Amino acid sequence: MTRKRTGSQTIGPFFNVALLREDDSDLTRRTPGGPQAEGEVIEIRGRVTDGDGAPCPSVLVEAWQADAAGHHGTEGDPNFAGFGRAVTDNDGCYQLATVMPGPVPGKGNSWQAPHISLSLFGSGLLKRVTTRAYFPDQDMNTEDPVLSAISDGSVRSTLIAKSLNSGNPRKFEFNIVLQGPGETAFFDL
Amino acid sequence: MANHDTGERYFPADDETADPPYLHADYGSTVKKSPARPPIPLEHTITELTGPVFEAGQAGENDLTQQGGSLPIGERIDVRGRVLDEDGNPYAGALVEMWQANAAGKYRHLNDGRDAPLDPNFIGAGRCVTDADGAYSFKTIRPGAYPVPDSEWWRPAHLHFSVTGPSVVARLITQMYFPGDPLLGADAIYKSIADQEARERLIARFAPELGERGRSLGYEFDIVLRGRARD
Ligand SMILES: [Fe+2]
Repeated sequence: MTRKRTGSQTIGPFFNVALLREDDSDLTRRTPGGPQAEGEVIEIRGRVTDGDGAPCPSVLVEAWQADAAGHHGTEGDPNFAGFGRAVTDNDGCYQLATVMPGPVPGKGNSWQAPHISLSLFGSGLLKRVTTRAYFPDQDMNTEDPVLSAISDGSVRSTLIAKSLNSGNPRKFEFNIVLQGPGETAFFDL
Repeated sequence: MANHDTGERYFPADDETADPPYLHADYGSTVKKSPARPPIPLEHTITELTGPVFEAGQAGENDLTQQGGSLPIGERIDVRGRVLDEDGNPYAGALVEMWQANAAGKYRHLNDGRDAPLDPNFIGAGRCVTDADGAYSFKTIRPGAYPVPDSEWWRPAHLHFSVTGPSVVARLITQMYFPGDPLLGADAIYKSIADQEARERLIARFAPELGERGRSLGYEFDIVLRGRARD
């Protein structure tokens, strides 16, 4: 029997005790202290800001991505979590440790450039916003079907993380602007 | 090269009436956090159609009445329901996380500065993983209402629910309300869903038969996620 979908409501400010566990922001291992996933370990950090440019604390940032070989979930590396959670601090900053995802299949014969799906939940967000973090200096970005479908270059560029170093591990910055100038490209799923 | 298109996995068009808008001025904190640009339609790819799989949780993680040395204060309730897809099929292996205020409407959280007592026997958070029928259950107490800081309105009694898996599109965070609560009519968060039928789906059904006789009252709350459960 067809059922109508349950609607979204805000996560509110008091979710920490229920939703956050130790090492949730480290995707490189399935269990704390367990074996490390294959691939290049990287760090993603960023700041979440509102329409006034003010930092947004207590925002849940949820990540889902393919493993280093481009496989998701149970199809992939058994040591890779694939799914992770971080919460923004008082400066609106979050941080995730993960591995560089591999390219994954897209519609038709296309390939999608390496990317991480990010969903954000917070007070003042009645429903989540969903975006994707892509990586700089990836030749595949120009062929990526999702990036290519965004005609406005300034909007498209909000989806490309910035390189913060050339060291090991490589660090990337992916800021998220909820509203106004530089507003991040969000997707309607 | 192989054709990647797996057409049958693309989900049906979304029911736009189910969710609130981003901007709902009566809930003031949406004003600066609502994106100004409409979200970009995204045809689902393997990234959106997959998600984490969870193993069954530990016994007792869904019993919020057993987290202290003795029972928490409040009216004991059992909340049961199923996590379903839009065809009514069960989502098995979904992680259901629930959190709530205590009977005095106070959260165990540093930022809840309201002048109301904590209950030493109540933490207010639980989790469980849905079984093959999509079923979940929690044992807890009915939370108290609480005033919204710097506002005229109070939040009605509610349980916060988070359901994760098995896909990014199916991900949902929502709140469950209680039938007949007079505060619902003035709650800007509940009323942010414009469609009356859609918002009434957030109200649990009073189901005394689901409680333990002489011990707890029962409520039924089914959660319907976007998309289709995996075969
Ligand atoms: Fe709440």
